Amino acid sequence: MKAITTKELVKRFGGLVAVDSVSLDIEEGELFGMLGPNGAGKTTLAKVLSTLIRPTSGYAEVWGNDVMRKQDEVRRCIGIVFQDPALDDQLTGRENLDFHARMYGMSTLLRKRRIDEVLELVDLTEKADIRLEAYSGGMQRRLEIARGLMHHPKVLFLDEPTLGLDVQTRRHIWEYIEELNRKEGVTVFLMTHYMEEADYLCDRIAIIDDGKIIALDTPQNLKHMVGADVVSIETDGREGLANLLRGFNWVEWLNEQNGVIDISVKDGHTRIPEIVLAAHEAGIKVKSINLREPDLEAVFLKFTGRKIREEEGDSRQQMRRMVRSFRMRR
Amino acid sequence: MEISLVYALWLREVKRFFRMKSRLVGSLAMPVFFLIFLGFAPIRLPDASDGGYMSFLAPGIIGMILLFASMGAGISVLWDKQFGFLKEIMVAPVSRHTIVLGKTLGGVTTALFQAVFILVLALPLGLELTGINAQPSLGGYWLGFWLAVLFMILIGLTFTGLGVAFASRMKDFQGFQFVWNFLVMPVFLTSGALFPLDVFPQWLQYLTYVNPLTYGVDGLRGSLIAASVLPLSLDLAVLLGTSIITIALAAYLFTRTEVD
Repeated sequence: MKAITTKELVKRFGGLVAVDSVSLDIEEGELFGMLGPNGAGKTTLAKVLSTLIRPTSGYAEVWGNDVMRKQDEVRRCIGIVFQDPALDDQLTGRENLDFHARMYGMSTLLRKRRIDEVLELVDLTEKADIRLEAYSGGMQRRLEIARGLMHHPKVLFLDEPTLGLDVQTRRHIWEYIEELNRKEGVTVFLMTHYMEEADYLCDRIAIIDDGKIIALDTPQNLKHMVGADVVSIETDGREGLANLLRGFNWVEWLNEQNGVIDISVKDGHTRIPEIVLAAHEAGIKVKSINLREPDLEAVFLKFTGRKIREEEGDSRQQMRRMVRSFRMRR
Repeated sequence: MEISLVYALWLREVKRFFRMKSRLVGSLAMPVFFLIFLGFAPIRLPDASDGGYMSFLAPGIIGMILLFASMGAGISVLWDKQFGFLKEIMVAPVSRHTIVLGKTLGGVTTALFQAVFILVLALPLGLELTGINAQPSLGGYWLGFWLAVLFMILIGLTFTGLGVAFASRMKDFQGFQFVWNFLVMPVFLTSGALFPLDVFPQWLQYLTYVNPLTYGVDGLRGSLIAASVLPLSLDLAVLLGTSIITIALAAYLFTRTEVD
């Protein structure tokens, strides 16, 4: 049996297509990642799969239960850590967990034992009896992860579990996620826009953009698709270098954005002198050159021509969305 | 098992109520001020019963705090929605009706606590209890007290249900002010909490009779100071009906809420 199956799942909000014909198969015990920029549809997909909202069309099941028809069964076998906090700040950490355990019908004895267990797992035993008002963001996040695990879910949804956390806390949370996937055998469905996170944690990654899955494979295979290193060249803004570079047969693909040219090149470091020379002969000044081993950012760039990190600030993408939703409405 | 779910939801409401001290003080302040600044005003009622205006006013103010507190508790579903906690409740394998029941009982409990507080506070301020009979007797006091508690619970159920129903339809706080100004305040002002119903002009009196709080305040006056205008059985029947209606409405609308 698959942990999660979706077939041509669609969720529309008015004219906006948030999830666009997504078909997925997630295996039992897998640590599966959904990587994409903000607004790509990750959260909406998680909400459909966790029965919070109904899909517009298509089919989805979690642990063999249809999300439309067997909502209670689905709810019983999932745990979820939402992107925005969903804790009661007037209750203590332990009380939040206790509330959750009661909602899932756990017996008094089991409740007590399990609360101590999960608190231990996320290192919050000592802070268990203070109110959440006094918790830091990282502590709240860890408590939510602990809560997601309380009732031994088969599938755990983690929606941007490390959003806005510092590097150290992020590392810790990654370790918790790995550990619980290994120790408790929980299938994890991770939604993130941090490529390092997806790369570090996931067995397989689906890259999602504008509601569509544009690539799906292991992190290694995805990076192999890009094949080579990515060289970023920042120029003084004069045109022409991109065309020059396109002329070289060793340039596998090229993307130009905001005066920065990204090219994909095998053994990039051996080509840097040629690049500089070509620019020099064309009278274009190179401000900086930067070489990256292939990463998931490069994969995203290859498929979409954009970077993940452009996020909400990108007016072009927002404009595109607005125009599209406007069209749909008419 | 469902009972333990209701208990968990109820417990959370009650804990929140007692922990948010400033909100607690804030919600009690208005009825206390009304009691003090209106209760001592030199108001003569046409058919002045022995207790004077304070005795007439106190049951009305108890009705007021019940209205405000239980509407507020019902609408707090909106707070849960806004601050994310409702998602935690909604993904749990718990029926929507259980959630409404837990929330409603929690709201009624906290409203009841505030109502009893006002009742106790009104005694040294000049509320002259007579119990259910005009001629005070121990039996009359007791019967009156428990009857008053029953009225308090029914008022609480009616308006917590109404609050949950509204909160289920509202997306954000925008609508909150509207509901408060165009529903809660008129309900309070036309309930006869401050003045006897017969001082209102005829057309306004019709409005008072479709207002559930009218029957609540009348029932409270009947059981605390033996001064009801309507038969207590009618008051009870009407409130029982409105409780059932608003809670059914709340359950219906809440089941159709989507959280995002």
